[in-house]
Amino acid sequence: MAGLLDRKLIFVTGKGGVGKTTVAAALALLGAEHGKRTLVCEIDAKGDLADFFETGPTSFQEREVHPSLWAMSMDTEASLKQYLSLQLKMPFVARIGPLARMFDFVATAAPGVKEIVTVGKLCWEVRERHYDLVVVDASPTGHIIGQLSAPQAINQLVQVGLVRQQTGWMLDILGNPEITGLAIVATPEEMPVNETIELSGRISRETNVDLAAIIVNRVLPELFSRGEEEVFERLSAPGAVGVLEQSLGGSPEPLLEAARLAVTLRRTRAGHLERLRGAVDPSIPMLYVPYLFVRSHGLRSTRQVTEALAAELGF
Amino acid sequence: MSPERRSPSEERPHSLGALMAAKEIVICCGSGGVGKTTTAAAAAAMSACKQGGKVLVLTVDPAKRLADALGLEGIGNTERKIPPEAFARAGVEPRGELWAAMLDTKQSWDNLVHRHAPDQATERRILHNPLYQNISGRFVQSHDYIAMERLYELHSEGSFDLIVVDTPPTRNALDFLEAPARMADFFSSRLLRLLIVPYRSRFVNLASKPFYQVADRILGSQFLEDIAEFFILFQTMYDGFVQRARAVERLLHDRRTTFVVVSTLEAAPVREAEFFIDVLTDKKFHLGALVLNKVLPDYLLDEAASARAARLSRSAEEIAGKLVSELPEVGEPEQVARVLREVGESFRNYGVVAQREAKQRDELAAAPEVVATVPYFETDIYDLDGLLRLGDTIWS
Repeated sequence: MAGLLDRKLIFVTGKGGVGKTTVAAALALLGAEHGKRTLVCEIDAKGDLADFFETGPTSFQEREVHPSLWAMSMDTEASLKQYLSLQLKMPFVARIGPLARMFDFVATAAPGVKEIVTVGKLCWEVRERHYDLVVVDASPTGHIIGQLSAPQAINQLVQVGLVRQQTGWMLDILGNPEITGLAIVATPEEMPVNETIELSGRISRETNVDLAAIIVNRVLPELFSRGEEEVFERLSAPGAVGVLEQSLGGSPEPLLEAARLAVTLRRTRAGHLERLRGAVDPSIPMLYVPYLFVRSHGLRSTRQVTEALAAELGF
Repeated sequence: MSPERRSPSEERPHSLGALMAAKEIVICCGSGGVGKTTTAAAAAAMSACKQGGKVLVLTVDPAKRLADALGLEGIGNTERKIPPEAFARAGVEPRGELWAAMLDTKQSWDNLVHRHAPDQATERRILHNPLYQNISGRFVQSHDYIAMERLYELHSEGSFDLIVVDTPPTRNALDFLEAPARMADFFSSRLLRLLIVPYRSRFVNLASKPFYQVADRILGSQFLEDIAEFFILFQTMYDGFVQRARAVERLLHDRRTTFVVVSTLEAAPVREAEFFIDVLTDKKFHLGALVLNKVLPDYLLDEAASARAARLSRSAEEIAGKLVSELPEVGEPEQVARVLREVGESFRNYGVVAQREAKQRDELAAAPEVVATVPYFETDIYDLDGLLRLGDTIWS
């Protein structure tokens, strides 16, 4: 089985709010810094990706945001036009007035059309070898199945025609685990873990894409090791608190309270992490990214996540 | 209806409780993973307890344990009353009733077809059309629409005093606001009629022939026929459907409806919440409250405490030595020093996050009438007792 960054096309998904875009940005940065010509694409153009590289908004036309790293955001209509002119060699069709509206209409009516135009563009970049690595900040867990299974769905729905012919090569790229992989990002919290467990089962049943890794983000550090927790308990007793108050020139209570909170948060999360480990196939690699206690987001935090992933991937 | 809710108040509500007493529909929105479902359930439970009446929480995708706690397991679209025993276990006697329902998209679409189809044969053909099956089962935007449609249905039935809605997770968190209008536009579009024409009559307008040839070449004629059949059938329901979509849209703008934006103070949800607040304000929806979840405690912002934390990590050995000499039972000096250093470091780590989040909070809190914060809870919430404890923190 190919390692995560040995693949050419990586889809990154996860429940909303777990840091999916951060991880996609960090994986792309890691690839670029190891000499791969890398493209990172944001599917739901919310503009989050641009923040992580601090380079201003991205568009459908990719732009170099860092040495060897290009960024773009998906635009289904622009993608369809490119598809018609470059692949179907029908540039004139793209200019037909009703076509744009018809696309909008068909895309609204028929599930999978927008998805296939999206996935098609990314597969095409891989097939044409424009990049060594394409990292996709894909749809969240709730929609990723629809996105990745679109070529199959279209294949079943549209029996003939050009669209049908076009889905064949996409399925070859998506279904090859040497080329394509899915990474699910989760945080050690109840709902993200539930969704990750559910998705890891569905992905093999409902798509032909290989689950390449589960990336656990925001793992809290262990505060106390064995034996130290008892010491901490004894430090919370009135006598010790008195000594601390004297030494610090003020009440140690907020400090002790904060430590208790940190221990509780860590413990709750550890339980969810255990549940995740127990529920998914042990052959699927799990990568851990620590919680970042940082002042702000942006390139610096992207870099810290990159470093954590590099260590996990053995770079 | 409870007297508390009926009394008209000209004052702006200044608590979530007062806001909910004055409204009939509360729509909770925000990005995924911020505790929207839990907040909606907690607010509904509080209203049922304190304000009385029949309160319904309409939820989309609750965590399994929460669903179990509310007795929602496998009940689909049917509203179900939370048994009084659940309240008794939580040690409260509610003034009113709490009901809960899940949103089953497929079932709701089927109901909609059943209601608007002119006859049974049409209904059957729609339900069996492959395109319909795709749209009702998988089509993302259809979730948005059907959630609002279901809300309208429940509200117009008039069996609840208050309905609290947890909005579906969407690609764009605001899609559901526009879903009714978009659905109406979609089914009434001229383009749609244009596309259906050749399948209605055998006479294809010569002028539009190249258009169909292109469509045919790209999509294949079977697919186009499926589309056409679907829309021809749907047109029989057109009037009822569009009327309904417009009514749903009006309800969202009604003064009895309010929106509650839910967020945590992490960067991405905050940005989405800001966007939400802007659009709600722009489009003149009623922005009732902002609920901030998982807010770190204020003592982390205390500068004197932070200075003490710095001192604790810096002079851990010295302080540990003093501690052990006075209270030898505390532990070995090195181990005590390590624990003290950890305590100091940890305070400063969380302090950095708390400061970042306090700044976000100040920026967000400017717009809405009511701002409520929920502290970090030690464990996940999965029973009525937990919901009510959370509810207490945001209620008044």
